[in-house]
Amino acid sequence: MSPLRPSPRLRPSPGGGAARGRLRSLALMAPGLGWLTAFMLVPCGIVFVFAFYQRGLYGGIDPVLTTENFTRAAEPLYLGIFALSARIAGLATLVALLIGYPAAYAIARAPARRQTGLLFLVMLPFWSNYLIRTYAWIVLLNREGLINRGLAEIGLIEAPLSLLYNEFAVVTGLVYNYLPFVVLAIYASLQRMDWSLVEASADLGAPAWRSFARITLPLTLPGVAAGAVFVFVLSVGNFITPELLGGGRIQMAGNLIYDQFLTARDWPFGAALALLLILAMMLLLFAQAALVNRAGREGRDV
Amino acid sequence: MSDRSTPGRLLRAHLGLTYLFLYGPIAVLMVLSLNRAGLPTAWTGVSLHWYGELARRPEILSAALNTLVVAAASTLIATTLGTSLALGVEARARRGLLDALLFAPMIIPDIVLAIALLSFFTLLEVTLGLHSIILSHAVFNIAFVCAVVRTRLRSFDHSITEASADLGATPFTTFRRITLPVIFPGVLAGALLAFTLSFDEFIIAFFTAGAGESSTTLPMRIYAMIRFGVTPEINAMATLIMLVSFTLVLASQRLQPQGARP
Repeated sequence: MSPLRPSPRLRPSPGGGAARGRLRSLALMAPGLGWLTAFMLVPCGIVFVFAFYQRGLYGGIDPVLTTENFTRAAEPLYLGIFALSARIAGLATLVALLIGYPAAYAIARAPARRQTGLLFLVMLPFWSNYLIRTYAWIVLLNREGLINRGLAEIGLIEAPLSLLYNEFAVVTGLVYNYLPFVVLAIYASLQRMDWSLVEASADLGAPAWRSFARITLPLTLPGVAAGAVFVFVLSVGNFITPELLGGGRIQMAGNLIYDQFLTARDWPFGAALALLLILAMMLLLFAQAALVNRAGREGRDV
Repeated sequence: MSDRSTPGRLLRAHLGLTYLFLYGPIAVLMVLSLNRAGLPTAWTGVSLHWYGELARRPEILSAALNTLVVAAASTLIATTLGTSLALGVEARARRGLLDALLFAPMIIPDIVLAIALLSFFTLLEVTLGLHSIILSHAVFNIAFVCAVVRTRLRSFDHSITEASADLGATPFTTFRRITLPVIFPGVLAGALLAFTLSFDEFIIAFFTAGAGESSTTLPMRIYAMIRFGVTPEINAMATLIMLVSFTLVLASQRLQPQGARP
């Protein structure tokens, strides 16, 4: 025992110290956890309950239990909106992955000291104003916008193209806004990957594309899936991009929830739709976690 | 990258194009905001004319002031509670459930949190206004501050606080003289990030704001303006806001340890 160490008599007993430590940790966490409980868990609980209540006569809420809100969500009108949302969100996810994967790969293969900076440059727009990033595309795509004027200038088009207020514009806006997230998720899994496996494969004479398809891609699939889940769910629940770049002509699940709360005043139905969105997100995250587990097991088997 | 092979070159070209895709639209906005004519139809010379126009719009100035109040207040709450939360969580051995709870505000779709808070405030008959936006913004800000401070705490050498306690310092003295100075860059980084997120946040503010000018924030004002198309004033305002956000995020990133940045 070092002479500097205080005698056991002066130190709190191990049991008492641990209990005091736990108490102190609880006291430190209490205000923050209390806030999250009061302003996140309880409000989400209220939405859950609202989803099973009836709409009142004048837009209020009648505390009568019903599953009507959910059966209503299965009506063809709403199923059509869900299908359109899923198609647009799916397309945005696919494009974001196709752009994001090679970008993440290029960063992961850059010299180590430059990787943080390169990744930060991708993430920087993600932390800035969503509305302005979306507005930037209105500036580029409108009939008098830079793209139309540029194409007219070099004589490629006679009349301006309708680039704005359609599915193309909405998908572009979603990809633009969520791409940084995809790059981050894929980069993280490339970073964790054991690159010696790829080197071994190359040493054994496998062509580069084959090493990629058999080793790199399967090992980074959890990152791809994580990025995909977030882009998909955030796109489906988005109402700003369809409103601004779709010109109000394209309704997605997010717009539907927005309308129930701010225009139609049918809160129970809106709550049910929000609940379905969260449910879809949890299911997809669960599937992603299962994929991570499987990848982990296969990694050990190799 | 020393890779001079064709795939290596293609990858780098792709990364370059990705940056062009990410920054091109923002750069166009910024350049257009300096055009005297205001619109891309003709370039009539560099001018700060449209920035001056902004300063003459009282509804924009009051919205900017509201945004600053909301961002400052929610950052103050979140930095205090988030830092305390991070210290408590990192001192625990089992934290699986806590991790999930602290991750939730960062991943929950904004629209869901927005309608949940609107339902909550309505049920409690809370009058909506700037205060309800502040309370709501603190939710996601606590989670972000906590995450940033926790990364800082992981590289924290706990033997120095033990040494301080062994030498007879009270827990409070140890915190003030040792823990806080060491984690301070992380706390500041978290605060800067929180300020930016609140400054730019639209959806939750939109649902939890009261009626009328008194609780209209800048993003809400922008949303109302951009629905009517492109104007040179919006370009100027957008440029200023992007510059503020970029500066704050850059400052936040500089304060954080290598390899552990958001």
